[in-house]
Amino acid sequence: MSNSTRQNSPSATGPLDDTKVRSLLQDFPILARQDGEDPLVYLDTGATSQNPSAVLDAERDYYEHSNSAVHRGAHSLAVTATDAFEDARRTVADFVGAAENELVWTSNATEAINLVAYSFSNASAGLGGPEAERFALGPGDEIVTTEAEHHANLIPWQQLAARTGATLRYIPLGEDGLLDEDAAQDIVGPATKVFAFTHVSNVLGSVTDVPRFVRLAKKYDALTVLDACQSVPHMPVDFGDLGVDFAAFSGHKMLGPTGIGALYGRYDLLKSMPPFLTGGSMITKVTMDEAQFMEPPMRFEAGTQRVSQAVALASAVRYLDEIGMENVHAWEAELGRRLAEGVSQIDGVRLLGPAPGTERAGLVSIDVHGVHPHDVGQLLDSKGIAVRVGHHCAQPLHRRLGINASTRASAYLYNTTADVDRFLDALGDVRPFFGLGGASDGERQ
Amino acid sequence: MSDLDQLYQQVILDHSRRRTGEGLESAGSRHTAENHQYNPTCGDEINVRVSLDEAGDRVESLTWEGDGCSISMASASVLSEMAPGMSMGEFATTVDQFREMLRSRGQIEPDEESLGDAAAFAGVSKFVARVKCAMLAWVAAEEAAKEAAL
Repeated sequence: MSNSTRQNSPSATGPLDDTKVRSLLQDFPILARQDGEDPLVYLDTGATSQNPSAVLDAERDYYEHSNSAVHRGAHSLAVTATDAFEDARRTVADFVGAAENELVWTSNATEAINLVAYSFSNASAGLGGPEAERFALGPGDEIVTTEAEHHANLIPWQQLAARTGATLRYIPLGEDGLLDEDAAQDIVGPATKVFAFTHVSNVLGSVTDVPRFVRLAKKYDALTVLDACQSVPHMPVDFGDLGVDFAAFSGHKMLGPTGIGALYGRYDLLKSMPPFLTGGSMITKVTMDEAQFMEPPMRFEAGTQRVSQAVALASAVRYLDEIGMENVHAWEAELGRRLAEGVSQIDGVRLLGPAPGTERAGLVSIDVHGVHPHDVGQLLDSKGIAVRVGHHCAQPLHRRLGINASTRASAYLYNTTADVDRFLDALGDVRPFFGLGGASDGERQ
Repeated sequence: MSDLDQLYQQVILDHSRRRTGEGLESAGSRHTAENHQYNPTCGDEINVRVSLDEAGDRVESLTWEGDGCSISMASASVLSEMAPGMSMGEFATTVDQFREMLRSRGQIEPDEESLGDAAAFAGVSKFVARVKCAMLAWVAAEEAAKEAAL
């Protein structure tokens, strides 16, 4: 890890502009790729981000110099590996305003949310003793989520409700494309045990007023679970300040590799929560009849861990830190504005979610009247522009918007305003290509 | 012609907008069956209803309703135009031929004689992610026809 400072340095830091972003591009070899006549414009970070060389080097460096089993074995290499692993934990925990024992490694955010849901399930089955009772659910209890959730923050709660007999309720999306906060006041109440919601919608780009939802939950002693997949990579986030009880995010959406994510949990909660996955590495004493478990976070990290991925994610976090998350956020807000205003000016294109001018992340999802998202994506791809098409793992949200699927462009710190403009230009060509003119044309679909 | 123009041949664009056989027709004979296919990656779905003649060995009508991209809607429309009048054997052969062409990654020159308008989908075979779109209605029709013949 001796040369990690050099490895992690981005080619530009401070407030971002097009010139600086163009410097940053040299850190991302894959973005120089070109399949057809036009260079790649990557606008699919909402699905997965690209990795700077620093991150790839960190993973390789770990395998070349430090690889060994962590938290077991007494040889020097095992100590080196364990140090790298725990140093990564400190780095990532710091980045999100958590103490190091409040950050549990998982494979991804989906696993992190499932971990919470299954631990609650185990508590509901009586595991964890009296101190775990606060996580127990049963008939009459309510789990509240929202209509804007990614399936990863919906289905685990549906399943938890099915296992425990609790009822699942949701906060609807209002006509303005934002969560209906008045409805939230009615829905969250004395029966609410869990309130799970997203920080930034992966489809709409809208930003939830987290402190407001947390205040509401606290009024009724409900536990809050935040899906922070689209916020942690893009803006300064401090879970301690936000006051949430649990939060989940994924490494691969924030310049890190796949296979690594994290669960944040307030320490006093993690301490009284029964484990989900069990086995090696998470126990203190085991007999043929029973086992005692370690303190968090290791209680929730059964089996061999994703060490190289954790080390690489820490490298990604250092890279982001050096640029400064305020700067990343400010640049993406500008790209988001340009995207939202740009698509709104194209005939037959409907911007989903909040209107331009409302706070949004650096992403837009759109419905192109008369043209299926797959066809939109195909045309954009032929011009070198990579966007996401489909339901983006949010079928109920799309149904609420009266469509099955949409087209999403999502930006990151490596996108320029020229990328946005190329997307907008190409988008303007879509309806004419499919023989549709004015907004009223194209009765199909 | 660019790959994109090969994918979106005029025949396909025309069929995707002026569709044949859209709207399920009520059962004409006792040999009628319906099949539903869904593509979870994009949400495209289709219901295809096939009616055979009284003897159960010739396609009488093929109608459908669905929601999807231009490729999936056009392929349903083309099939609906082609299938009526085919014997069960001809129908099965045509579906197999269509499938083989789509799976060929651009390697098979379509037999326009037997495939007719469906030959226009040859360009789709270069776009692996879109093959399923083109096959959706055909798979549904194949299943419905099998069931209708029982």
